[in-house]
Amino acid sequence: MFGYYLDLALRSLKRNKVLTALMVLAIALGIGASMTTLTVLHVLSGDPLPGRSSKLYYPQIDPRDLSGQMSGKEPPEQLTLIDGLNLLHAKRADRQALMTGGSVPIQPDDTAIDPFYVRARYTTADFFPMFGVKFLYGRGWDATDDHAKAHDVVITRSLDQRLFGGADSVGRTLRMADTVFRIIGVIGDWHPEPHFYDLNTGSYGGAEQVFVPLQTALDLHLKHEGSSDCWGNGTGGVGRIYPAAQCVWLQFWVQLDTPARATAYKRFLVNYSEQQKAQGRFMKAPNVRLRNVMQWLAYQMVVPDDVRLQAGLAFGFLLVCLVNTVGLMLAKFMRRAGELGVRRALGASRRSLFLQLLVESGLIGLVGGIGGLLLALMGLWLIRHRPSDYAALARLDPAMLLITFALALGASLLAGLLPAWRACQVAPALQLKSN
Amino acid sequence: MHFRHILHALGRHRIAVGLLVLEIAFSCAVVCNALFLIGARLERMQRPTGVDEAHLVEVGVRSVMRGSPEAVMAQTRTDLAALRALPGVSDTAIVNQTLFGHSMSFSGVRLRDDTKAPSIPVTQYLGSESLGRTLGLKLSAGRWFKPDEFVSDAKLENGSSGVPVIISRALADHLFPGRSAVGQTIYAFGANRVVGVVKRLVQPLDYGPPGNYGYAMMFPVDMPYPNGTYLLRVKDTAQRQAIIGEALHALKTDGPLRLVSSKYATTLEAARDKYYRNDRAMAWLLVGVCLLLLVVTAVGIVGLTSFWVAQRRRQIGIRRAIGATRADILAYFHVENFLIATGGIVLGMGLTYGLNLLLMLHYELGRLPLYYLPVGAVALWLLGQLAVLGPALRASNVPPVVATRSA
Repeated sequence: MFGYYLDLALRSLKRNKVLTALMVLAIALGIGASMTTLTVLHVLSGDPLPGRSSKLYYPQIDPRDLSGQMSGKEPPEQLTLIDGLNLLHAKRADRQALMTGGSVPIQPDDTAIDPFYVRARYTTADFFPMFGVKFLYGRGWDATDDHAKAHDVVITRSLDQRLFGGADSVGRTLRMADTVFRIIGVIGDWHPEPHFYDLNTGSYGGAEQVFVPLQTALDLHLKHEGSSDCWGNGTGGVGRIYPAAQCVWLQFWVQLDTPARATAYKRFLVNYSEQQKAQGRFMKAPNVRLRNVMQWLAYQMVVPDDVRLQAGLAFGFLLVCLVNTVGLMLAKFMRRAGELGVRRALGASRRSLFLQLLVESGLIGLVGGIGGLLLALMGLWLIRHRPSDYAALARLDPAMLLITFALALGASLLAGLLPAWRACQVAPALQLKSN
Repeated sequence: MHFRHILHALGRHRIAVGLLVLEIAFSCAVVCNALFLIGARLERMQRPTGVDEAHLVEVGVRSVMRGSPEAVMAQTRTDLAALRALPGVSDTAIVNQTLFGHSMSFSGVRLRDDTKAPSIPVTQYLGSESLGRTLGLKLSAGRWFKPDEFVSDAKLENGSSGVPVIISRALADHLFPGRSAVGQTIYAFGANRVVGVVKRLVQPLDYGPPGNYGYAMMFPVDMPYPNGTYLLRVKDTAQRQAIIGEALHALKTDGPLRLVSSKYATTLEAARDKYYRNDRAMAWLLVGVCLLLLVVTAVGIVGLTSFWVAQRRRQIGIRRAIGATRADILAYFHVENFLIATGGIVLGMGLTYGLNLLLMLHYELGRLPLYYLPVGAVALWLLGQLAVLGPALRASNVPPVVATRSA
């Protein structure tokens, strides 16, 4: 029966090519636009570390005085150096890392190559195991290297490629900021997007190429980059190397393997705040947060406003396209009242007529879906060639491909429901008579 | 024209008419709001900075080794002199942050020497004596800094030196409404006396509420080159690229090992262009969506009207046979479409307003000005009349003889 309906649908669609083409085009445009924007929205709001992110938390505490320009109920988005080190050394989590961003001048041994700056991350040892960093060669450093302020450095594959032609450079030296470092690891493919652990240096495409132990970097006065917020008389950087004690400028991440551990950790943060208040360092009542990766990204609203606006706009567009298709289908089906009347008179039930018409609209949806997919691929290609920092991420994945077709088919079937139902209401006798 | 008859006829196609009304209403809502968004983007992109952008070139130099503060400052002065000596350069300065650059710095500004007093974040330009001249700023009250007022950045940070400040007119009007700002004291780096007010100076990047864009202040600071950017004021705008090349060459041939690269050099116009590229892209995208939406709506009107024309061939024939002219038939379809479009527009106005409220809730967006509504209405009426023209002409060509044939 389905084959027969398909045959009928094809014949019918062929009979009025312009109308068919218009309907397919409307669906394709609507689907193409919504899939393009939905894909961008999907990749930008994706999970940077699938499988791991639910156990990673970002503790926030509130060390501010009672005044100042940084107002609001939420605690600051970063930590002071003192609090960061206190929480790090307390070791109350399964893993913990204190970090901040920076940039360092690389001085290649080959003097023919000019020195160049790369983004750097100054962090403590747990960064690598906690974030599941995949090494191509070597490994990260450990807590003893942190303490010893070792001149160790981990570099990325792209820097390794640039300096050593992609060879295993573990054990070789690297001159940065006029200091000799020893390369102990090369990171392979590891680019969490969004750049969740520090959103101050850009939410997307902000990957560092060099990782240095935090204490080493502070000791050598390596250049800090990122945001610093201060209160009281603290200043963030005018005329000094690092922000003052009344400034927050470091990120602290912890791994808590069970929800119970997370609850306990939150209690620890409250206790810590109370203890600091008793000592006179903190002024406010304990004000702590403990968000996991996805909660943190949602709170920080990483997805650009424009992208959400575009998605909304595209769905508005799809809605208009759908209403348009419903209208056109209605016209098309009603025009065939005579033919449907004959089929009814010959014994076809309303149900089978209804199904036949739905097959026809489904077919339009399928073709429209293919057209929409092509348009979406084109749209994403256009986005990839735009100079935004998330451009490279705009790619269609299999899940989105499936959604494209489901959306196209669903939308066209929905659009076909009303016209098909209307067309089935025709009284066979009346139609036969008037013709 | 017999509106009543047309309305009656429309009543027989309630669903189809309803769909067209809906489609026009949705289009109206989206197009009006999209046009408003485009307008907001264009307005944003055209905000003046108060700076003579056309004649400015910026060249950044990054250090590799950390030298002594004295040596770095000496090098900075040497660099500035070398850049000033380039032919075609009329002024040079060094500044801590550049317009449309990568970073900006802020300080909380208070009106009382009390950390509990309310403060607003204001961006600060720290730079050499020639900064105001190089940027082409216009003084609206007071004076520029005197040579003996310049301090090091460490001393400014110290806060006890009582460094004077020059503020923008917008900030002056905000802090001291109705009185002269010159001679007043603000508290940012300790107590800072306002010695001058410039007509306009803005944040290097957008931060905070849009109204704060024009709040800025300048301090007299000798910036060391690793923490600043050199600004060059060129005499002839056509020479900008050439001067960048010469400046890079001059900086490269002098001084210690450091990074002098075209990567850190740009004209201010190019920097502005880059800063607003997302806004520009978004505006074009909105234009595209509006056009597509109008096309789709027109297609819907053409499709349904064609269907009606085909369906009513016989009636049209009868009307022609009993004396209706072609113009009458044509007018019938145009009036019919006008009525449908009016329905769509009325519903669309409500939707437009609702969508605007929704956008205001989620984005920093103002209320849609009322004049968008009549503009949108006229556009949709015109679109409907144009779309209906083809099918209506076909209808008017139906010969009266059709009436005599059994369909």
